[in-house]
Amino acid sequence: MIADMSAEDIVGDYQEVTLQLYGGITRKVLYTQIETPYPDGKLIVSTTNPEGVITHVNQSFIEMSGYDEAELVGAPHSILRHPDMPAAAFKDLWDTITRGETWQGYVKNLRKDGGYYWVKATVIPNIRGGKLVGYTSVRRKPSRTKVDECINLYPTLFN
Amino acid sequence: MSYMFTVSPDFTPDHISGWYIFNTWLQKHTGIGIHLEMYDHFLSQREAIQADKIDLIYANPFDAAMLVREKGFLPLVKAQGAADEALIAVSGESQTNDVTDLTPGTRVAYTDDPDVRLMGMIMLEPGDLDATNIVPVVADNYVLVAKHLLKGDADVGIFLAEAYDGLSSMIKKQLKVLVRSQISVIHHALMIGPKLQDRRDEIQQLLINMESDEKGGGVLKSLGFEAWQRVDDEEMEFMIDLMDTLNT
Ligand SMILES: Cc1cc2nc3c(=O)[nH]c(=O)nc-3n(C[C@H](O)[C@H](O)[C@H](O)COP(=O)(O)O)c2cc1C
Repeated sequence: MIADMSAEDIVGDYQEVTLQLYGGITRKVLYTQIETPYPDGKLIVSTTNPEGVITHVNQSFIEMSGYDEAELVGAPHSILRHPDMPAAAFKDLWDTITRGETWQGYVKNLRKDGGYYWVKATVIPNIRGGKLVGYTSVRRKPSRTKVDECINLYPTLFN
Repeated sequence: MSYMFTVSPDFTPDHISGWYIFNTWLQKHTGIGIHLEMYDHFLSQREAIQADKIDLIYANPFDAAMLVREKGFLPLVKAQGAADEALIAVSGESQTNDVTDLTPGTRVAYTDDPDVRLMGMIMLEPGDLDATNIVPVVADNYVLVAKHLLKGDADVGIFLAEAYDGLSSMIKKQLKVLVRSQISVIHHALMIGPKLQDRRDEIQQLLINMESDEKGGGVLKSLGFEAWQRVDDEEMEFMIDLMDTLNT
């Protein structure tokens, strides 16, 4: 389960929207127009189980998302879902990784404080002894040119 | 029967005798005949691995995936607290203050250390640079990477952070660091091949206890670190997955 976002966590003016997440989850999210720049030289890393529930996050993940480790581990990865991200991107992500392949894309993520940050994400299936045990996503600093392309492209992918 | 041990060719020259001393120590404590073979280049080392000549290797993280997944190697230990980090530097006189100031056609100096180059190229991506639009300037070592920057025949250099920190202060004064990685989970590891795996637990334990051995502590110092630290299978698998994502 993911709780609704609460106004007291939000920094700055915000908008409100209800997201329909996978598995019939609905979540009220509050979001601002404040961007947090990607930290230079760092990788943001998380691992999930095969269902997309977070099992591990690194320190950079905690710092950038604004959540504590305890709030993240056990939560569905859609805890970072930003309303500006088209569903098609995540459908492509899940179609790709469930085929056993690596997915790469640019993602706008939602912080606990309502702000956002852009990443270049690579998601890979974790195979141990021939069996799928989960997925790992490693994010790096994206090129601004690529982010600008996504800012233009993503709104056209909503239907 | 004699086994073959090799060390990632990016070892620090100061520690070469340390590896021979370590090999002697290891043979004495295991009773196993081990020959240490040093290769000058990653390419020749990989050929030896492909030909199944290697039984023990202090491996570069870049080669870990191939060693584990194709050649059946398993991790033993890593240098305590060690991590491979990369940094991007330019000449102190360069107009460039941020990777995003760089443009296609940038001349990038690096060595053939595969993990450092990978981390370095990732740090150049925010400037829209990749393997297809840079001009590579390959150098034999990091002092030469620095010299390329100072002489102006490269615009940026990719360094192993540790090697950069070890440059003389004279050189460092004339350089400017743009970005330094803080990844923490990419590291070299001592790994054991299939032919020796029935001795794995014993050798791993021996190495973990090496710092408290009468002579072991001194041998470790000659390698440049204090102790070996256990690397379990999942830590290695995690690092391999991470390297795979960076390689994509
Ligand atoms: C390893 C892994 C990492 C993911 N990282 C993110 C992420 O950073 N942000 C995000 O919005 N979704 C991420 N997802 C996708 C989510 O699981 C989810 O599909 C997405 O947030 C959309 O929500 P929905 O599928 O419930 O509609 C990740 C999935 C996996 C398997």
